[in-house]
Amino acid sequence: MRTPSLQVLGRRSGLASRLMLMTWVCWLAPTHAFAQGGGAGSLQELRWGGDAEGGAPFVEADPNDPSRVVGFDVEVARLLAEGLGRVPRFVQTGFTTLDAAVVRGDFDLALSGIEDGPARHARLSVTIPYYEFREILTVRERDRARFRGLADLRGRRVATLGATLAADMLTEAQSRYDIMPVLYEDDVHPYSDLLLGRVDAVLLDQVLAERGVRRNAGLINQDEPLAVGHYVGLLAQEQAPLRDRMNEILLAAMGDGRLEIIFRRWSLWNDDQPRLYARLLGGRADNIATVSVSPLGSPETLSNWALTVRYFPSLLSAALITIVLSCLSMALAVVMGILIASGRVYAAAPLRIALTVYVEVVRGTPLLLQLFVLYFGLAAVVSLPALVAALLGLGLNYAAYESEIYRSALEAVPRGELDAARTLGFSERQILFLVRGPQAFRLALAPMTNDFVALLKDSSLVSVITVVELTKQTSIFAANIGSWLLPGILCAGMYLALSLPLARLARRIERGWRRE
Amino acid sequence: MTGLTFSADRGILVALMGPSGSGKTTVLRAMAGLEPIDAGTIEIDGIVLTHGGLPRGARRRELHRRVGMVFQFHHLFAHMDALRNVTLALVHVLHQAQSEAESRARQLLNALGVGARAHAFPHELSGGEAQRVAIARALAMEPPLLLMDEPTASLDPARRSELAATLRALASQGRTIVIATHDTDFARACADRVLVLDGGRIVREGPPDGSTGKVF
Repeated sequence: MRTPSLQVLGRRSGLASRLMLMTWVCWLAPTHAFAQGGGAGSLQELRWGGDAEGGAPFVEADPNDPSRVVGFDVEVARLLAEGLGRVPRFVQTGFTTLDAAVVRGDFDLALSGIEDGPARHARLSVTIPYYEFREILTVRERDRARFRGLADLRGRRVATLGATLAADMLTEAQSRYDIMPVLYEDDVHPYSDLLLGRVDAVLLDQVLAERGVRRNAGLINQDEPLAVGHYVGLLAQEQAPLRDRMNEILLAAMGDGRLEIIFRRWSLWNDDQPRLYARLLGGRADNIATVSVSPLGSPETLSNWALTVRYFPSLLSAALITIVLSCLSMALAVVMGILIASGRVYAAAPLRIALTVYVEVVRGTPLLLQLFVLYFGLAAVVSLPALVAALLGLGLNYAAYESEIYRSALEAVPRGELDAARTLGFSERQILFLVRGPQAFRLALAPMTNDFVALLKDSSLVSVITVVELTKQTSIFAANIGSWLLPGILCAGMYLALSLPLARLARRIERGWRRE
Repeated sequence: MTGLTFSADRGILVALMGPSGSGKTTVLRAMAGLEPIDAGTIEIDGIVLTHGGLPRGARRRELHRRVGMVFQFHHLFAHMDALRNVTLALVHVLHQAQSEAESRARQLLNALGVGARAHAFPHELSGGEAQRVAIARALAMEPPLLLMDEPTASLDPARRSELAATLRALASQGRTIVIATHDTDFARACADRVLVLDGGRIVREGPPDGSTGKVF
């Protein structure tokens, strides 16, 4: 099912304030995560990473208590932890970064509806499959007879999630059937766009397909699966012994029916699973106990308003992260920007060239890429905590832009004033601090304020390296309640509440100076 | 600019005259260490400037202890009022106490007729007022050599004669002054010697009183 594209997939469910505060602590000290069930005592933890934006049935914030996560992956993690005699601790991580984060050692196990595939076996320790899914084609009801398989969709647009088995299938079908794959970053918009006619079919695993059809009246799933895939857990390559112990626990749970109980509870049990389990248990189908569990009743239905009230504290704490991160990053950007600008105006040629190269490289490459390099690329050399990497990424990126503002402001101060200052006997340093700098600062203030507002919004990019800030928290919230309307309005309101006073303050200072 | 040679003793006021583009401003800027020279030397009170770049660091500051300059455009510091424009170098270069610097600055501003404008910012001053503040700023540092580029450009006739008298008084105190000007009446009123430049050379030289009959 879902896997990485460059942006985070919109598939986590909402985490509430307590979760936020706890994850905040986790980012500061990434070797710690928080207990799923509390009361860690002296037991060792099993840290497992997942993306709560994926939502039910994988991992989502409990609608009744958003500080807890629920989902079949949560239960599989608990089962594995119990088997190991450990306490499960959930670490919220963007879906696209799960593989890199487990390699980095942010947690022991990644478990979030992760698809099995040869590329993963090459780089990671992969558990045995614990669930078999089918790739299902979803179409509009009126196209039920027309679009039965990929061959029927010649010349048409078919949606899926980027970097999934389904995406690979569509890429292959592109040359074979001349279909146009449309890759999404989340599993909600493919189905809503199908309903809107922007695409003609969606190919995704059955868990997502069933959820998509449930949420969008007018869509149906074709019966005939186009492929079969498996969900697995991921561990770092050197964790093979731990992976082997997990495999034994999974096999035992397949044998005694504990996995069946979990999947029945989430209404995901079907005939494919006993066959998979039998194969894994060496064909000893008689080892598989027959259990009967009634499906979980539908969770308590809450109005969007009631959910908003529950999510509001988590949005506030995410806004706090946005503010703190933006202010610290801007402070770093201003200090570095001043140093770079001064160097570019005053320093000798080699340093000037080096600083010019820095500015051009930073301005010429995406901030997103810089964040990835800082957090994952450098992990082997220096394992920065996510928040520190976010702060450095934003601060060093904006320093390049700030330095250009300061440089042009410094150069805008009339040469004649500098000559006049020289003939009065001031040193170059005094001229910078008494004459040039103060005037340049006044010229730079308005563009600096603009940049701070831009940085406030760009800070949302740091969610790719697992920092949950305001926008990310909002998308989690939105994915969980299935609507962007209320969360979007709340989020926009919070950003405005942060940026408008800034713009106002800058205008006031400028007016004051103009009066001078 | 070639073949230009002149000297000025203490207490002498030299006027550089000549059409626009004749090199008057360039001569002043070269003397102030703001314009590099390709050949020859400029010696000011023991400090020698030659080709090979502008003086830097301590050497430049040493030069500027001896040379003050008033530019054709006032070049006042735009973010400071008139008083602070005058006191800034007194406080930060000569290390005078703020109160001492202010009283000296007010005295000079009053003498130049802009005492009432002490708290006005440069953009609030007329051209003539700004020019006088700039003169006060240069005079406050009491440089042995004062260079002035078109000091009368923004002054009315009454102010011109006042400035001529001020400059005469400064010269009589032993200060050397070199002005670049188009204003023959002003040169006649205050200069000891006039050099007429054209095309980067001195074409005529002499006292301004007409005794040589050639200068103007």
